[in-house]
Amino acid sequence: MFEQQLFNALTLGSVYALFALGFTLVFGVLAVINLSHGAVFMLGSYAALMIVTQFGAPLWLGLLGSMLVSGMIGLVIDVMILKPLRARNAPHLIPMIATIGAAIMLTSAGQALFGAEIQRFPEDFLPAGEFTIGEVHLRVLELGIVAIAFLLMAGLFLAIRRTQLGRALRAIAESPRAASLLGINVEGLFHVTSFAAAALGGIAGALIGLNFNAITPVMGQPILHKGIAVIILGGMGDIRGALIGGLFLGFAEVMSKAYLSSQMGDAVAFGLLFLILLVRPSGLFGRVLERKA
Amino acid sequence: MKPQFKTSLLFATGLASGLAHAADIRVGVAEALTGGAAQYGVPIRNGFQLAADEINAKGGINGNKLQLVVEDEQGKKEEGINVFKKLIHQDKVLIIFGPTLSNSMFAAGPVANTAKVPVFATSNTAIGITDIGPWVFRNSVMEADVLPITVSTAVKHYGIKKLAVIYGNDDAFTKSGYDVFKKVLEDQKIPVTTTETYVKGEIDFKAQLTKIKSTNPDAIVCSCLAEEGANIMVQSRSLGIHAPFIAGNGFNSPKVFKDSRLAGEGTFVGSPWSETNPAPVNQNFVKAYRQKYGTDATQFAAQAYDAMYTTAAALAKVKLSGNLEADRLALKEALPKVTLNGATGLFKFRPAKTKDGRPGGYDADQKPWIYMIQGGRFTLYTGK
Repeated sequence: MFEQQLFNALTLGSVYALFALGFTLVFGVLAVINLSHGAVFMLGSYAALMIVTQFGAPLWLGLLGSMLVSGMIGLVIDVMILKPLRARNAPHLIPMIATIGAAIMLTSAGQALFGAEIQRFPEDFLPAGEFTIGEVHLRVLELGIVAIAFLLMAGLFLAIRRTQLGRALRAIAESPRAASLLGINVEGLFHVTSFAAAALGGIAGALIGLNFNAITPVMGQPILHKGIAVIILGGMGDIRGALIGGLFLGFAEVMSKAYLSSQMGDAVAFGLLFLILLVRPSGLFGRVLERKA
Repeated sequence: MKPQFKTSLLFATGLASGLAHAADIRVGVAEALTGGAAQYGVPIRNGFQLAADEINAKGGINGNKLQLVVEDEQGKKEEGINVFKKLIHQDKVLIIFGPTLSNSMFAAGPVANTAKVPVFATSNTAIGITDIGPWVFRNSVMEADVLPITVSTAVKHYGIKKLAVIYGNDDAFTKSGYDVFKKVLEDQKIPVTTTETYVKGEIDFKAQLTKIKSTNPDAIVCSCLAEEGANIMVQSRSLGIHAPFIAGNGFNSPKVFKDSRLAGEGTFVGSPWSETNPAPVNQNFVKAYRQKYGTDATQFAAQAYDAMYTTAAALAKVKLSGNLEADRLALKEALPKVTLNGATGLFKFRPAKTKDGRPGGYDADQKPWIYMIQGGRFTLYTGK
């Protein structure tokens, strides 16, 4: 049983990490806690579902489409909501509240467009493979989620550490004004970041929609709460932190359900989180009063 | 001043025309037509509509036509209260049908009971619904009546020695279903290997199911709503669990077994209604429902359909005076005397007692039908 629970924790942790990735990226670069990320995630899920069921496209196209659709929504949110607030030098809380509004609008739009009922991918679209190693049952889909979460994480980490674009983003994260004086197109990179973060949220939605196969307009809400916990735990804006934080939360939840009581899953997970923050108030990888991309 | 004058004029003509059509009997329907509970609420609304249309087509009740005022309570407590208040005070209905979920009834039922308006639930199966007061009726057979028979039938069929339990612990319906299961399992002396819980909105049940698997039960009892139920069955199969499920009322929707595909094969479910019950009244209902709505009828539609006929039978015995309060009281007095041979079989009310012994509302007095899921369809269980 332990091996199976280990794998269960790894999948759930990867799901959280995948969601938190875009969330933490926006915070790292734009210094905004974007609470519309859950709704963008939900629309990514629907985008994949629609592309696959309405147009009969293959699954990989659905995943790509979910990134594009969600990316565009993220870009629109940045241009229409966050940019005007930046231009007016609005204090930190204002953009966060504005993104709550965006989330409510997107969720209602989802409800109006797709209805409130749970929708599911038709069976023949799901990668059906599963196999057993010893006592552990693995599904190809779950392995895919773990692999994609780690790959995206590594890719993003390298892009930020090793490329010209990444260097520019890190400069912005240090100080947007200084970056702009150095000739970096700060507004342009804000747009790029918003697009990329939302695209990551979109593919997370599509993958999680595939795995649990229950897509609803409100599916973004519970995971948003977990996502906030993950990036606080990992260190706000830190990419490695999103991975470690996500895995930590997944393991804490699954293990407390497995060995304590299923009533205690969230209580134990969030209790541990609280304890860690007592010792490291800025999270596992965060530094006090400093933002990192 | 002018617009005001117009409004009052309109109001006056409205009143006048209301009097002219006093032959309309207004009844309220408060069901969840959107949201997660809509998969129950929509068939319920359809069942009421179908019955009312049939009754009206045959000339109504003593010449009076039934007029439905339909409201969406969204499966939420707050919305349930709002809708009940609107139906009682604004639409001035004679009786309210609904709401869809037991949760909403605990919130909205007292509103009707205090206002002395009969409220007739067709889908609330939680314990304590009729404790709300003497104006509360339900024809939904309680879990406490169905589950003992469901469990004993499944135990006999599979030769079950021990079983595991999973339920949602933050929902009135699934929690009360669990309480009944717990009592039934104790009464029938069936050991429980482990009891697992989840909360609404949870989508990953693998941690709980892995634990269940390690205790190697012969069957899994699931007191769950349809949304979670389908995923629980699918995920249990992907973990290599082959034990069949025994479920409560939440699984009484064809959608659960469509969504869970073949993961739900062999599940035992008790239901107050059987699609295959050959009684002409039931077969007519099944056919008429399919014709009107283009989908198969469900248990919830059948109970709503019967509730409307039960009410019509009571109304036929009542001389409506036009005084709303007196008519509501007369209907409340007439309902318990009705015996109906409806789509769900023979039905009558049974006076309920509250926990502390006061007289409560009225529960259903009816025998359940036991199903086994075969080929993704509800199949009436007739023994091995």
